Amino acid sequence: MPKLTIDGIEIDVAPGTTVLQAAEQLGIEIPRFCYHERLTIAGNCRMCLVEVEKAPKPVASCAMPVGEGMVVRTSTPNILKARKGVMELILINHPLDCPICDQGGECDLQDQAVAFGRDRGRFAETKHAVKRKNFGPLVKAEMTRCIHCTRCIRFCTEVAGVPDLGGIGRGDHMEIDTYVEKAIGTELSGCLVDLCPVGALTSGPFAFKARPWELKKTETIDCLDALGSNIRADSRGNEILRVMPRNNDDINEEWLGDKSRFAVDGLMRGRLDRPYMRKDGKLVEASWSEALQLVASKLKATPAAAMAAIAGDLADCESIAALKDLMSDLKVANLDCRQDFAQLDPNCRAGYLFNATIAGIEEADALLIVGSNPRKEAPVLNARIRKRSLKSSFPVGVIGPKMDQIFKYDHLGDSAALIEQIASGKHPFAATLKAAKKPMLILGMGALSRHDGSAILAACRKLADATGMVKEGWNGFSVLHTAAARVGALDLGFVPEKGGRDVKAILDGAGKGDIQLVYLLGADEIDVSRLGKAFVIYQGHHGDAGASRADVILPGAAYTEKNATYVNTEGRVQRTKLAVFPPGQAREDWKIIRALAETIGIHLPYDNLSQMRARLADINPLFAKTDGVEAAIWGQFASEAAVADEPLKTAIANYYMTDPIGRASPTMAVCVETFVSGAKPRTGTHG
Amino acid sequence: MSFHREEPKDFAFSTENLAKAKSIVAKYPEGKSRSAVMPLLDLAQRQIGGWLPRIAMDYVAQYLGLDPIKVYEVANFYTMYNKKPVGENHVQVCTNLPCWLRGSDQVVSACKKTLGIGIGETTQDGKFTLSEVECAGACVNAPVAAINDDYFEDLDEASITRVLEAIKKGEKPKLGPQNGRMNSAPIGGPTTLKGEG
Repeated sequence: MPKLTIDGIEIDVAPGTTVLQAAEQLGIEIPRFCYHERLTIAGNCRMCLVEVEKAPKPVASCAMPVGEGMVVRTSTPNILKARKGVMELILINHPLDCPICDQGGECDLQDQAVAFGRDRGRFAETKHAVKRKNFGPLVKAEMTRCIHCTRCIRFCTEVAGVPDLGGIGRGDHMEIDTYVEKAIGTELSGCLVDLCPVGALTSGPFAFKARPWELKKTETIDCLDALGSNIRADSRGNEILRVMPRNNDDINEEWLGDKSRFAVDGLMRGRLDRPYMRKDGKLVEASWSEALQLVASKLKATPAAAMAAIAGDLADCESIAALKDLMSDLKVANLDCRQDFAQLDPNCRAGYLFNATIAGIEEADALLIVGSNPRKEAPVLNARIRKRSLKSSFPVGVIGPKMDQIFKYDHLGDSAALIEQIASGKHPFAATLKAAKKPMLILGMGALSRHDGSAILAACRKLADATGMVKEGWNGFSVLHTAAARVGALDLGFVPEKGGRDVKAILDGAGKGDIQLVYLLGADEIDVSRLGKAFVIYQGHHGDAGASRADVILPGAAYTEKNATYVNTEGRVQRTKLAVFPPGQAREDWKIIRALAETIGIHLPYDNLSQMRARLADINPLFAKTDGVEAAIWGQFASEAAVADEPLKTAIANYYMTDPIGRASPTMAVCVETFVSGAKPRTGTHG
Repeated sequence: MSFHREEPKDFAFSTENLAKAKSIVAKYPEGKSRSAVMPLLDLAQRQIGGWLPRIAMDYVAQYLGLDPIKVYEVANFYTMYNKKPVGENHVQVCTNLPCWLRGSDQVVSACKKTLGIGIGETTQDGKFTLSEVECAGACVNAPVAAINDDYFEDLDEASITRVLEAIKKGEKPKLGPQNGRMNSAPIGGPTTLKGEG
């Protein structure tokens, strides 16, 4: 443990720590542009100069490892002068166009120029400008403002694994560029906006919308994939203008997928802002009491066996619990939350969780991916796998379709029969898993939503047991969900009661006329054309598939508009916070169900949010604690059956539109054109 | 900064150059083949006739298993990789300090006059491109001009004109110093170390 003195304070730090990190531990701030704690050290901005005793010149503290007995000074007159010089140099080619720059107000360059720079420039020559570049629809590039810190290059190369950016040219003429004019092909491209310390890379969709100081910042949770990434929703008035990641080392570090970040403009479009009822085949506006009366009369008139409820992918735990309570009172057994037919077994929690945890990926030393493409299903988690595979040798086997991945993997094949072969040790990859200390399996919804999903789940459990994935202190069996609501719904038991129908049977029954009433709680991913003549109640926030088929629409709140509980794929209970109010007459979802129950004459025993949450904890004690992960107990789940020898598929083909919010978002539509359908060329080489 | 629009459609090393490329890569330790990027780019530039289209950079990247951007970075860092087509004879006149002190301005203006083009331009017949370079590394024989791989040294207005006219006619002018001295020895022959004592 080297001991050094920084500004007269002694500190012991771990060997290999840099001077800048040591100073940070002491709370001494050293200005920097190029240094970023999650990227490699570049040492090219020179802003972090400090004085080290016996060193002839100021040294860049970000790249200087500590040494025993080092004496460092961070704010001598000499250093302050050196910083002024560096600042002046950095500003030589900077346009100083802060009034028209979107970074203004949250710009490192601006802040540090005020804190450490000279009060005026002495540079009277011409500055040079950079031609406009096209980095795609999400990242707006104004490279004249670039100070060449290379954070973006390092992020693309290291974290995102798509080396699209580079430094082209030399010296004064160096430009950050793709050289071939293409959109940056990563699902994490929004992070470039966060990383850029100046206004060179700013958010495309957010351009010229607002100044940061006008925004109300609400710390909440993302619901557009199953990770529950921590986010901050910035709003002005009643509109969410942008979403940024919050740091959470256990989940998203400080990254965020592009869908989660940029789909929020979908929250202002296609919204259900008042109740509707279908009259003569047309949806007409109605009042809350009319709509609730109609639903109540239908619920009372229909026999329990002919009613069903399906919870969608964005539904919060409070509304799921309330709906379940209501349905139990009505003796309805046909409940399900697995819209994609995923044959998850709700009886054993370890059987449907990402047991290894997201941070646990970094501890794993072998990985098998079955029927999942994490790059599309959870890009932030995918970056974690890449991080692990860069650290040291990390064998990754994939059963499923070949994919364009950012880490190296062995494609073992796409047949589901391979699972059995590995479980029985016949396949060579079994030896790799067995040799590993912490082997891991990622099981995707693509595999579980097949007709033999339950058999695949059982085969994977067998494989996990056979290869030693489950042991003291480690459970590598990990189910990667695609829906934010799924784990919470399973934890609350929103699955068929004894003798009840699952989603498939509900749809079949509705087609045949056995099911006469279906309650859709934000369920838009089912094939609504199969609902037959059933009376459909849709409660949700977007006029998507479910609403278009509905006979009654009860307008609910989106995830940014309610204080709600979600459980992520690891089983982590987290809460969203209300950032803006639901539009028009839309209401928080559990309250709608509570009001509906009252209309029927059923008293649900909760009148406010804290009672509602007490009820959640009552159903499942897990809901009493938030933000942590409790290891689930390994047990029996899924019954073994023959696995069909068919090629596995993955769940998500189009990353940008997996939910009603994404489908309503114009930004996501442009992303689809650029990255998925190819309607807009990604490269400029075509003309 | 974008690549040139008159891109060839495809590029691959000729059989002969493939053999050369193989021997170049073999010079570097196993797994360090990215070190070969510069000689391979040079090889590609020579094969195409003096410049590097993007397709050739992509080819080299693929040949060495590198990300294309890493090759673009290298190719764009070094000025001797030409990203635009150049004439058959690439006249590179050094205008850096020592050459300038020894009269490179006259050399440049002589080039412009003889070839009828400015700096960075190519003659209509595609025979000559004139460039200004920063230090050709032969200051002791300043002023210097490199025409493709050949150095013409100790130039003045008359001698560079003579050299260019000769090349125009398809002749091969004498390489090296144009003022009669041998290599970098003093004019009029050696003054010391004559082997007499």
